[in-house]
Amino acid sequence: MANLKNVTKKTKAQAMGMHTEVLTGRTQQKFFNPDEAENFYYFGTYDVDFNKRTDLDVKNMTAADANKKIDNLMSQGYGTIVIKNPQGKHSIGVGILNKLNLIFEGSLGYFGMGSCDGPTVRINGRVGWSCAENLMAGKVVIEKNAGSCFGAAIRGGDLICKGSVGARTGIDMKGGTIIIGGDAGAFTGFMMQRGRIIILGDVGINLGDSMYDGTIFVGGEIGSYGSDAVDSELTKSDQDWLKRKLKVAEIGENFDVSKMKKIVAGKKLWNYDNLEPTEKKGAI
Amino acid sequence: MVKKKNKKKVTKSVAVKDQQLGKKKETAREKMIGQSIGYRYDVNLLPDYTKITPFLKKYVEAMGWDDLNWLEDVHMGYEEGRPAVFCRNANGWVTIPKSIKLPNNQQDRDMIARELLVKFQMSPKHPLVDLKKAYLKF
Repeated sequence: MANLKNVTKKTKAQAMGMHTEVLTGRTQQKFFNPDEAENFYYFGTYDVDFNKRTDLDVKNMTAADANKKIDNLMSQGYGTIVIKNPQGKHSIGVGILNKLNLIFEGSLGYFGMGSCDGPTVRINGRVGWSCAENLMAGKVVIEKNAGSCFGAAIRGGDLICKGSVGARTGIDMKGGTIIIGGDAGAFTGFMMQRGRIIILGDVGINLGDSMYDGTIFVGGEIGSYGSDAVDSELTKSDQDWLKRKLKVAEIGENFDVSKMKKIVAGKKLWNYDNLEPTEKKGAI
Repeated sequence: MVKKKNKKKVTKSVAVKDQQLGKKKETAREKMIGQSIGYRYDVNLLPDYTKITPFLKKYVEAMGWDDLNWLEDVHMGYEEGRPAVFCRNANGWVTIPKSIKLPNNQQDRDMIARELLVKFQMSPKHPLVDLKKAYLKF
């Protein structure tokens, strides 16, 4: 009978000693080195030039092939890529961890531009569900309307929709800024944990429902407030930042930000209990 | 004996808490439940762009952005009584070296935190570099 212990092959990570550490849940003892060389890009990313431009027609490609082709073009140093005929393909432009100027001439389907970190993207059309989900950094501009779950769980970066968006915009967002030129649907900012949402138009029912933290600015009418979403005072600092951000977003430059409503978490749903760790210990 | 040990631990944690940067008064709820809740800084604090450092200006320009972008969410907090910044890629607090003198202003401290975080994340010594070598599939 074979001994399973002997058969198991070590993974590369195990061979590098990464599975021998004791997982105590403590902070990693990492320290900054202030003398670190000046470097603006992640280690191992492509060195691209914004002035090096190319077109890519994806009409007869699958989304996976198109994404591989974009990666290939970046490896050749192309910093500006124009995607022609996206034709509503799903999951296109995902996982770009590089600085890049990406332009889509058309509309995208579901999950477009998901899990990106760094690129500046312009989509000259509409987008489907969950556009720019999990965006880490960068700027994504949509010229027309967007579907539901716009900017779901984003961690950073600017996500701009010049038109209107569907329900659950910014659901579970943990950072970054979502800017909407038109109206937003129900449950906008649902369970958001931090970050900022700016809506210049009206917003549907249950705004900021169960929000943990973060800020929502609304220029139009609010359908209804969600659980634990409360009004807050709009400060001078908020107004200065809003003006700056709307200019960056190329929308609402003449919008009167002083009349916007500011919504934050009431923090009544913060249910921490010091008995919890003891109960957990008992259960273990 | 066990009771004595517990007492010592409590004293130590109070001492560490006293050193915390951005320390604020406890809310009624925090008093009621007997523990600190929330983040280690004001997560909703908007950056003051007049305090941007030359390094950050260069970084924003190199990336082709108009503002601090994702760095707007970066603030200086503390870890074990020492100033630190949270690195989302390494999923841990990175401690500021003692040699760096910090200004007595959250906005200035945040800018330093942003600069140091960019330097840390882009360094070939970042923990993700080893992880990438081990796990990269394509």
